[in-house]
Amino acid sequence: MQSDIPDMKEPVIEIRGLYKSFGDNHVLRGVDLDLFKGENLVVLGKSGSGKSVLIKILVQLLKQDSGDINILGQDISRLSLKALNKLRLRIGFAFQASALYDSMTVKENMEFPLTRNVKNLTRKEIDFKIERLLDSVGLPNTINQMPSELSGGQKKRIGVARTLILNPEIMFYDEPTAGLDPITCIDINNLINQVREEYKTSSIVITHDLTCAKDTGDRMAVLVEGQFKAVGSFEEVFENATDPNIKSFYDYNFIR
Amino acid sequence: MEDNRPIISNKIDDFFRGLADAFAFVKRFFQEVWFPPYEFKEVLRQCYEIGYRSLPLISLTGFIIGIVFTNQSRPSLAEFGATSWLPALISIAIVRALGPLVTALIASGKVGSSIGAEIGSMKVTEQIDAMEVSAINPFKYLVVTRTLATTLMIPVLVMYTDFVALMGAFINVNQNELVSLSTFFVQVFEAISFLDVFSSVIKSLVFGFTIGIVGCYKGYNSTKGTEGVGKAANSAVVMSMFLIFIEELLALQIVNAIRYS
Repeated sequence: MQSDIPDMKEPVIEIRGLYKSFGDNHVLRGVDLDLFKGENLVVLGKSGSGKSVLIKILVQLLKQDSGDINILGQDISRLSLKALNKLRLRIGFAFQASALYDSMTVKENMEFPLTRNVKNLTRKEIDFKIERLLDSVGLPNTINQMPSELSGGQKKRIGVARTLILNPEIMFYDEPTAGLDPITCIDINNLINQVREEYKTSSIVITHDLTCAKDTGDRMAVLVEGQFKAVGSFEEVFENATDPNIKSFYDYNFIR
Repeated sequence: MEDNRPIISNKIDDFFRGLADAFAFVKRFFQEVWFPPYEFKEVLRQCYEIGYRSLPLISLTGFIIGIVFTNQSRPSLAEFGATSWLPALISIAIVRALGPLVTALIASGKVGSSIGAEIGSMKVTEQIDAMEVSAINPFKYLVVTRTLATTLMIPVLVMYTDFVALMGAFINVNQNELVSLSTFFVQVFEAISFLDVFSSVIKSLVFGFTIGIVGCYKGYNSTKGTEGVGKAANSAVVMSMFLIFIEELLALQIVNAIRYS
């Protein structure tokens, strides 16, 4: 089903024949997908369709039952833990609920992955990096706050800033606008686009929010019953959709 | 009858799978504890949380145990005119059994549940996943540090409990038998042997390890959202208390075998 995008360059992620089941629940049934360098790919689907499972497999938080995954030229199923961790440093993962460490301040949250993975940084360099990133997500004054003192939108922004501190080449956003008001959703969508521009990342955005999809995605991929039923631009996928699942997904969304 | 068979078989299967998981978890602790990064700062923070923050509760409990145990033992000894044996009896009871056992049970309630709940909540809010995708070993940062801290701090807390309980006992004995502090402690130290102190320390190390590893295991394997966090905290306490009693019985047999050999 994958459409040909003429200006697409080299793939940074290639997924072929990916299967994943939880007991009798066959979540992914032969998924094929490419993420190209510099693009924002939006993966859409109903709740429970396996969108989050897909990106969790890509960082090996979950293991696939079968299938090939190649990320930045490496077959991830054959990597040792050490090599996998090295690859993980090139991938940023913004979690649905932000996953900020409750017991740490914003500063400590951002410092934590940095100091454990990048050696020989001075205190000044660490502080500079943190302040610059907090500035770029528009939250410089939260540096000494605890996660419990932040709003949902602020947590999402800090979550993104924390992943950016390691300069990832690929970003995964898991439901970035879930549970946020429409105005904050627009801010988050802008942030996703800003990250792509500033950090030259390639991204997979998991969502069921069509506004987020339209605002952030170069391509859409709709996951239905464990397979991608349509891949292409927003217009290609939704405007002339004939598949009833995709049509209903679009019809019931508020943007129509 | 036939309908029940698969259910029973599933339960047995689940039990042995759980047991294998638990052993794998303990094995992983011993594999990871020796290698860097050592996370000294986090171990120290946990020692402070587990040790220092348990002091008020431990102090109160230890002191009351000393007073109550002395009071309850007096009538039995008085029947034989042997109240002068009170310091010896109390010291043996406290150092050999009450101190380690009561401290471990209190710590499993306070510390075990908090470790289970903390790690459980980190698990269900994907904080553990966030560490993993940042190439940080969450097992080392969360499990190894907390288990080390409980293993190191419980023996210290036990010695402190022993001291506070003996002070409680002394106040009671002093009020009733007019025994001075020095006489009381001379009798205390005459009654206990090196084996008593040594076995108490070793036993406390094992209790501390049990509290830490069970709390971490239950938290690390919690599921089903906030309900799972509550269950993790609860089962951490129940399981660690159960194991502490078993370990106490085993320790008693081993120490007695050494003492009377």
